[in-house]
Amino acid sequence: MKTLAVLEQRDGKLRKVSFEVVTAARRLGGPVDAVVCDTTDREGCAAALADKAKAGGYRAVVFTATATGRDLAPRVAGRLGVGVAADLTDLAADGDAIIGTRPVYAGKALQKVRVTARPAVLSLRPNIFTPDEAAAGVKPETLSVTSSGRVKVSEIKPAPAGTLDVAEAQVIISGGRGLKEPANFKVLEELAQAFGGRAAVGASRAVVDAGWRAHADQVGQTGKTVSPSLYIAVGISGAIQHLAGMRTSKVIVAINKDKDAPIFKVADYGVVGDLFEIVPKLTEEIRKLHG
Amino acid sequence: MKIAVCVKRVPDSETRVKISPDGKSLDEAGVKFVLNPYDEFAVEEALRRKEKAGSGEVAVFCLGPAAAQETIRTALAMGADRGVLLQTDKIPADPYETAKLIAAALKPDTWDLILFGRMAIDDYNHQIGSLVAQLLDLPCVTAVSHLDIQGAKGVAEREIEGGIEVLEFPLPAVVTADKGLNEPRYPALKGIMAAKKKPLEIKPVQPAAGGMEIVALAPPAERKEGKIVGEGAAAVGELVRLLREEAKVL
Ligand SMILES: Cc1cc2nc3c(=O)[nH]c(=O)nc-3n(C[C@H](O)[C@H](O)[C@H](O)COP(=O)(O)OP(=O)(O)OC[C@H]3O[C@@H](n4cnc5c(N)ncnc54)[C@H](O)[C@@H]3O)c2cc1C
Ligand SMILES: Nc1ncnc2c1ncn2[C@@H]1O[C@H](COP(=O)(O)O)[C@@H](O)[C@H]1O
Repeated sequence: MKTLAVLEQRDGKLRKVSFEVVTAARRLGGPVDAVVCDTTDREGCAAALADKAKAGGYRAVVFTATATGRDLAPRVAGRLGVGVAADLTDLAADGDAIIGTRPVYAGKALQKVRVTARPAVLSLRPNIFTPDEAAAGVKPETLSVTSSGRVKVSEIKPAPAGTLDVAEAQVIISGGRGLKEPANFKVLEELAQAFGGRAAVGASRAVVDAGWRAHADQVGQTGKTVSPSLYIAVGISGAIQHLAGMRTSKVIVAINKDKDAPIFKVADYGVVGDLFEIVPKLTEEIRKLHG
Repeated sequence: MKIAVCVKRVPDSETRVKISPDGKSLDEAGVKFVLNPYDEFAVEEALRRKEKAGSGEVAVFCLGPAAAQETIRTALAMGADRGVLLQTDKIPADPYETAKLIAAALKPDTWDLILFGRMAIDDYNHQIGSLVAQLLDLPCVTAVSHLDIQGAKGVAEREIEGGIEVLEFPLPAVVTADKGLNEPRYPALKGIMAAKKKPLEIKPVQPAAGGMEIVALAPPAERKEGKIVGEGAAAVGELVRLLREEAKVL
């Protein structure tokens, strides 16, 4: 089974999700060709990828379900006359078909789909497939974008310098209404800093709707879906729509004063009590480790 | 402005998920269905565009079972002018088949704008809008949280990892709506009454099997039973030890 892996770059460097795509694509067996292309011309890039997929006779084309990948994959699929098996958390070859697993109904169920379309177009949820060492050496071919599309990226407004996107952080410390007021997010920012550049501060919808935090920081069904190594939920009750965005995190810690809060049902480790006492102490301990 | 909005009937996100005896689908008994939340942003945007233009039409398209008439009526109650139900008992597992049927229904008319939600909250497919755009050969921008239209030119913003992307495109176009695009209105009683009299056309459709089949639906693996480490700041030392030695994430 010959597979085309579509990688993502930023500032000329491959992003971590790219190694995940290569690793997952190899699971299908058979050779994997990796490509990148300039995504500022979305339609042109989609056309180039579709042409490559057709010309190369690939059995499967694999994307990552980042903001860019989610935009690009269906454009390519549409050109190939197939749908996307989207946001997969697992995949395997099944004879001539591909079986993919995808969370549905806000993560309350897992759907297994059997894809017989040719080529199969797949997208993978980021941070689920652990990149293996072999993937690190991947040298993607850069596709040239020839046909010029109608949709153009005219500008990218970067987030304030030094802020790590929640979708990309290894550690996420999310705050909810329990923080009481926007200025109190400082205690979470200090904890994030103690992790030294690996951590981002996320938020529940309640505090985003209240205008305390930016929508880009929102985790959940109407925000971002994240799977960091460590997710610390602080003063968040654990509504189903919040869980939808973070339940595939590797390790979940909950800090909440209400011992019956639903967040404790998904947490690996819980601490019951006042976050304003617990978080500063935790920051101190983490600083000691990293100091 | 002539605007089409595609809407989906989905289980409310609070729904307790029970799996049917077939092991492949949701047991719908007792499930409350709603208009997909992202599609509310799409309907609202269409209404505002029409209001701003001072004239035009907002037509709502939905592929789904007979009960989806209710979903369309919700959009009509918000202020849309007419609805079309592409009626089928089963929504295809292959999004491409859904997209083909929707594109075929839209094709006979010319639209200035075709709006979708960014994704349906039941299947998280995140693609019907783009596939329809491809089938109709229209430019498409997805997951838009800000939209500006001047004449036949659109400028949209969408969130990406680490920032905001600004895109330019010509109309007519397909746009998919993200949270933040607007504040959807609640249907007023007057709107609900008026909606009952608005035209709702029902067209039976026969989806093809496509290239994707659902083979199983199962509850997610239970997370390993968690533990309450303790209470208050005194528990932090033990928490850090567990994160280091047991979970190995520090
Ligand atoms: C269609 C739809 C989509 C949605 N999408 C999302 C989404 O994407 N993301 C999302 O998060 N929500 C989403 N929601 C909202 C969700 O249902 C909840 O309302 C929201 O997550 C609650 O936020 P919260 O946990 O911050 O607030 P609350 O539920 O008010 O919880 C606050 C918690 O803080 C605790 N607390 C208070 N004081 C302290 C203290 N001093 N120390 C420790 N703990 C304290 C309390 O015990 C409580 O558990 C959505 C809802 C709908 C209907
Ligand atoms: N059955 C359907 N009928 C009408 N519109 C749909 C249907 N399914 C999806 N859509 C539209 O496509 C968007 C994206 O859905 P999806 O690709 O399924 O996540 C939704 O927000 C709707 O606007």
